[in-house]
Amino acid sequence: MPTKIEPTTGTITIHLLHFAMNRELLGCAEEQMTLPAGSAVADAWTLLVARAPRLAKGSRSQMVAVNSRYATLDQSLQDGDELAFIPPVSGG
Amino acid sequence: MAIVTIPTPLRQYAAQQREVNIGGITIDEVLGGLTAQYPELRRHLYNENGSMRNFVNVYLNDEDVRYLKKGNTAVAEGDTISIIPAIAGGSAALPNPPLRSGRENNALLQGVKGQQASDMSLSHDEILRYSRHLLVPEVAMDGQKKLKAASVLLIGAGGLGSPAALYLAAAGVGRIGIVDFDVVDSTNLQRQIIHSSEAIGTSKLASAKARIEGLNPYVKVETYETMLSSENALELFKDYDIIADGTDNFPTRYLVNDACVLLGKPNVYGSIFRFEGQASVFYAKEGPCYRCLYPEPPPPGLVPSCAEGGVLGVLPGTIGLIQATEAIKLILGIGEPLIGRLMLYDALSMRFRELKLRKDPDCPICGEHPTITELIDYQAFCGITTADEGFTEVDISPLELKERLDRGEDLMLLDVREAHEWDIAHLEGATLIPVNDVTERAHELSTADDIVVYCKAGTRSARAVQQLQMLGFRKLHNLRGGINAWAAQVDPTMPSY
Repeated sequence: MPTKIEPTTGTITIHLLHFAMNRELLGCAEEQMTLPAGSAVADAWTLLVARAPRLAKGSRSQMVAVNSRYATLDQSLQDGDELAFIPPVSGG
Repeated sequence: MAIVTIPTPLRQYAAQQREVNIGGITIDEVLGGLTAQYPELRRHLYNENGSMRNFVNVYLNDEDVRYLKKGNTAVAEGDTISIIPAIAGGSAALPNPPLRSGRENNALLQGVKGQQASDMSLSHDEILRYSRHLLVPEVAMDGQKKLKAASVLLIGAGGLGSPAALYLAAAGVGRIGIVDFDVVDSTNLQRQIIHSSEAIGTSKLASAKARIEGLNPYVKVETYETMLSSENALELFKDYDIIADGTDNFPTRYLVNDACVLLGKPNVYGSIFRFEGQASVFYAKEGPCYRCLYPEPPPPGLVPSCAEGGVLGVLPGTIGLIQATEAIKLILGIGEPLIGRLMLYDALSMRFRELKLRKDPDCPICGEHPTITELIDYQAFCGITTADEGFTEVDISPLELKERLDRGEDLMLLDVREAHEWDIAHLEGATLIPVNDVTERAHELSTADDIVVYCKAGTRSARAVQQLQMLGFRKLHNLRGGINAWAAQVDPTMPSY
């Protein structure tokens, strides 16, 4: 049997960073996520919310950064991007 | 092309560039290209024999090239090469570098304070006290006078305000204002290091003022025993150069931001959560404001406060001192302020991450067409209604609960705290369902039961009551003041926390 080569086109793998409440709700500080090519930041968020529905309440108050730069929900993602959703914290 | 980042002390030899793009396929080639372009750099990077000086480290992306192939390490397109000189102690190879960046002529204080600072004089006693500042060329006499002429207003004398106040006072900031209305509580002392055990039960302001004056009698301390509000914020802020936000709630954070934007003042921001902290300088004249990051506050109750979620005691020390550092840099007009950057600190992984922010042209207060031109109702903006705070008919007092339990009434006790809090203290016979699981696990409860919900102080239980009401539960009671009130009023053997 010839080794089947997994198709690499059609998907991208991104690195996710989680902070504060998101970290607790998702149970990890960072992880990889594979998405269809052409996905945007919002698509990654939707997948996270599907996994931890309580994230949904904070959907409108996340700051987004792609590769350490401020980004918007409609920004498209590239393979290897580092994506961070940063919820506000208020402790003092 | 690779990107070579030039450290501050060496920028004077590289036409003040922070980053230079250089071609080359090995580290040696790239650095060779760099020193060909900036010959003066060469003697700072290499010794007479042409080998790299041993106090200069070179990193390819995040790795020290000494552990790769040193000068022969391959460099790929887009790689970042960082030159990192050791900065402990002085080095003859770096003679008195002026550590000043392009923001040296920061409009903040140079112009306004320049005049006032030159009017300042230091006594012999002050000169001795600030000796270690006066020896640093970037501070020296001029800088120390600027510090003396400067004023910083701290919002809150809590976890962040405590270390910030102490170091700002020690550094010789001439006037420090503090806004707070709380009294010192024993649960504060795990992190609010400006207060002492003797101060428990007394005003935080009096405690902080006494400590600062003990540390440095040359500092003028002004205290404002009031809750910061839309009515008083502009008046309080206007006489200060810098505002340091160390508050513990979202409405006040938006209020501090807006007041700073309206007055054109820098807001040295810090915020903490358990093991993580954020810091930035929001200065709308030169960069984004807090609303550019977070246009919309989270729904009330979503993000726990320190009182609800707890916090590692040492964490606000780190973040509060980043705030103090930024305030001092702004006053001195040296270095690169944290404007347009958000610093994220994770104590567990001991990692700092920096995010580049951008000013939102549509920001409602600092954007091109602002819609907020005066301070608003921040409680309402953050979705907090007065009904949430007041007592409602579902409340039950600890004494009433005790009476009803003693009468043998069949009450179901529902504890909505976290498991680790349960271990500190809990009511006999209670059932534990953390507040975030209440909706999912509501099937474990019966609408026929009389349910008394409690948490630590009554906030989470109020939320649980609301959630259960939405699911059709009607026979609900919220223990007013939580288990801490029970410990205070009913069971003195139970610990409060």
